[in-house]
Amino acid sequence: MKRTYILAIVVIAAAIGIIIATAGDASTYVNFDQAHQLALEGKSTQIHVVGQLKKDTAGHVVGLQTSDDKLSFSFVLVDDNQKEQNVIYNEPMPPDFLKSEKVVVIGGYQNDQFIAHKILLKCPSKYQNNTLTVNSKP
Amino acid sequence: MHYLIGNLGHLFVIVSLVAALVSAFSYWKNFYSTNDLTKKSWLVNARIAFYMHGLAVLGIVSVLFTIIYRHYFEYHYAYSHSSLHLPGQYMVSCFWEGQEGSFLLWMFWQAVLGIILIHTQRNWEAPVMVVFALVQAFLASMILGIVIPGLDFKIGSSPFILLREAMNDPIFKTNPDFIPADGHGLNPLLQNYWMVIHPPTLFLGFALTLPPFAFCIAGLWLKKYSEWIKPALPWTLVGGAILGLGILMGGYWAYETLSFGGYWNWDPVENAVYVPWIVLIAAIHVMMLTKTNSKGLKTSIILVIVVFVLILYSTFLTRSGILGDASVHSFTDLGLSGQLLLYLIFFTAMALALLAKRWKEIPSDPNEISVYSREFWIFLGATILCLMGFQVLLPTSIPVYNKIVEVFGGHSNLAPPANQVEFYSKFQLWFAVGIALVSATAQFFWWNRMSKEKLKSLLAPLLISLILFAVVISVAKVYQPTYLILTLSGIYLIVSNIKFLSSVLKLNPTLSGGAIAHIGVGLMLIGLMFSSGYSSVVSLNNNGIPISKEMGTEFNRDNLLLFINEPKTMAGYDIEYRSENLELRNKKGYVRKNDIEPTNDPFRVVANKDILYQGKKMYSAKDTFEIYPENTFYEIEMRKNGKIAATLYPRIQINPQMGGFLASPDIKRNLDRDIYTHVSLTLNREEEPTWSKPEEVNVKIGQRFFINDYVAVLEEVNRVEKIEGVELTDGDIAVKARIRVEGEHEPFYAEPVFLIHNNSEVGRIPDEINDLGVRILLANIHPQTAEFTLICDARQKDWVVIKALEKPYINVLWLGTGVLMIGFGVAAARRIQEFRK
Repeated sequence: MKRTYILAIVVIAAAIGIIIATAGDASTYVNFDQAHQLALEGKSTQIHVVGQLKKDTAGHVVGLQTSDDKLSFSFVLVDDNQKEQNVIYNEPMPPDFLKSEKVVVIGGYQNDQFIAHKILLKCPSKYQNNTLTVNSKP
Repeated sequence: MHYLIGNLGHLFVIVSLVAALVSAFSYWKNFYSTNDLTKKSWLVNARIAFYMHGLAVLGIVSVLFTIIYRHYFEYHYAYSHSSLHLPGQYMVSCFWEGQEGSFLLWMFWQAVLGIILIHTQRNWEAPVMVVFALVQAFLASMILGIVIPGLDFKIGSSPFILLREAMNDPIFKTNPDFIPADGHGLNPLLQNYWMVIHPPTLFLGFALTLPPFAFCIAGLWLKKYSEWIKPALPWTLVGGAILGLGILMGGYWAYETLSFGGYWNWDPVENAVYVPWIVLIAAIHVMMLTKTNSKGLKTSIILVIVVFVLILYSTFLTRSGILGDASVHSFTDLGLSGQLLLYLIFFTAMALALLAKRWKEIPSDPNEISVYSREFWIFLGATILCLMGFQVLLPTSIPVYNKIVEVFGGHSNLAPPANQVEFYSKFQLWFAVGIALVSATAQFFWWNRMSKEKLKSLLAPLLISLILFAVVISVAKVYQPTYLILTLSGIYLIVSNIKFLSSVLKLNPTLSGGAIAHIGVGLMLIGLMFSSGYSSVVSLNNNGIPISKEMGTEFNRDNLLLFINEPKTMAGYDIEYRSENLELRNKKGYVRKNDIEPTNDPFRVVANKDILYQGKKMYSAKDTFEIYPENTFYEIEMRKNGKIAATLYPRIQINPQMGGFLASPDIKRNLDRDIYTHVSLTLNREEEPTWSKPEEVNVKIGQRFFINDYVAVLEEVNRVEKIEGVELTDGDIAVKARIRVEGEHEPFYAEPVFLIHNNSEVGRIPDEINDLGVRILLANIHPQTAEFTLICDARQKDWVVIKALEKPYINVLWLGTGVLMIGFGVAAARRIQEFRK
């Protein structure tokens, strides 16, 4: 067999290997119930949950707790199925956290607590800001 | 209202689009004309049209810049990207902050390149310029901003729309001519010198992938299957250099400005340019091979096409909004997804169709490739590079995969790997090892006719590498197996290339580009390994009480809570938070907020004592001077063995319009390591603090007492005639006490005021010492005993939460970058000369 073909086979094998590894390491978007189920099945892979912060009728974020030394905090996230879950994050609260429209938490369940290892915030973009400072140019 | 300039800009956009189309069509006609006369006139037409296109692009650029520079806030672009107070050099950054501006920048570079090509490539002009002009037409359509009547379909997004067309603010109903007094301002993270030069460099890199693609298409079209390589190669080399430089500048900017603690985060945006660059590097190597024989011709053609398609794909990824939940960067979807997809599909399909049609005719070498040939090693390296790119491309495309499944009615909930940095690093590291080993060894095969017997010439460099390796790992204490392998491969790459550099320099210095570039890569690998692999969190600790028992007790925390003037010992450093500062506007330095008083103008302040910075006197007490009010710089002192290792001023900008809180690190650069720190959380001064139970003391003048454990002394009590902010009448008596409190580093003074109004009413104005968190009130005066009653209370001291990192040997990475660029420069200069001959 020609060496070129051997090389080609090796390359294809490597590519397939990469695809399998990627599929194996890829995370998933799930809701809290599914995440809990995964944890019960003993799967410790980190997953993504997309949700919104729990707010009262006046629009204030509720269920927020900060540790005394301010280095960690917990909050209540409502997923797309309206399930509420207390989420713990071992980092200081991101300063624009309260303003975010949508929160993606990456992490997993430990017992009945959801521990986030990373938080992605989707803040209202400045482009969507439709308020103007009203004092016109002289 | 300045309507004319916007209309002019819009006109230029239309002209640029039409001229590009006319130019493409004329070049096409020129190419297929058989009659000499018509051929000539079509050529003249085509050139004039392309020049007009170039002028129109220049016109668009000038108009947009004028709108920004002259603060025409009636235009959406000026309003949303700049403001009156923005320093001049950042006006340039406003230009490309918006997507329209960055398309424009890209178009501008390609117009410049097109004109250069017209003047230098007479033999290739027509077919190359057809591709060029078509690409330009697609780009121009992105900023067209025309809605097709009836269909409600928008083509492009114009940078020249008025604010009232972009925003539905009620003010425009009552006053259509409303012009805001000031703009939104430029994102402070982009107010950095790197952001002035990084985007133009990157987009020049993008633009430079077009000439090789255009030559390749022209080659296929004209059936000059190998001749296109020679004119394309210099462009490819310059492109590799500029695109690489642009990417690295972006990394450097992220390191200096963003606070994720590094220069590379494997974010989809970064990946989207990394992959085309990696493949471009592979293309360069294969093209150099193909220049001499037909081996790898097909590979060259495929790679050059793939690079261009990847650039289009990366544009699609980052601008269509498809990355949505996957990236921390928030992209605004301008509604151009369809157009971008069309752009991508058009050129991909065109190139593939042409390639398929010509495939059988492309010459290839039927001979078996020998392991001792240079071709084998080049192919091996190129293959590793391509796999390296593929490994990054695949996970980055997960959102696209989800979308495709959705389009076909399915549902996919696949997400990118949870820990991107770890995931990509563990693969890329091994590819990097492979690249280093192959390119180090390949040098022997490139320059020599190798055979089994000559293999022993590899021995000497291998031995030297091993010795150097032993020195490096024992000095730098590298023990982790994977890092050991990476270090060894990096050293081997450097050593083998130094060997060739020394012999090539004797022979012909113009040929040294490759060796220099590879030395740069070796240095970069070693620098990357140390600065990332051995980056350590200085503020790492497991003190304090975690918020939940679920987290366990042994939980590492990367951040540190620092109270003002209270040092904490971490990782061999004493870390102390000293003060809040503002940046001086007219001198280089900072001023403590406690040392100044505000004026009516937010940009001007008055010193309340002599202003010192790094031991130098900047201003005298009572001086009025200018500062930048937007940013607060937190003075963090880091001491090692009692000596100051670094005084850092990480920045925070509280900017509600830009999403609130923006943090930038400060870096102390040492030869062997960087110390890097950024602020994670600060005190919210708008919240009223909780004060302790007040304590009462009776003291005489000169008597020492304690306030919240600080030694204090009542120095004097005097009658005063004037009090800031209080109107005194004739019968009023005002008394001011001066109390000296010994702080950790310096004394502070509190001056509470006691006031008798109309002989009956008593007023008391307390004074607070911000640094110590204490407040003193002069409550009563007892003339009989010559005693004064002071009431003191205390609050929690000011604090800040920081994260500090140490990055060893990061300078090796920057050095490697520089060497790589020099190598590219030498190689490109040689190929340009060669082309001229």
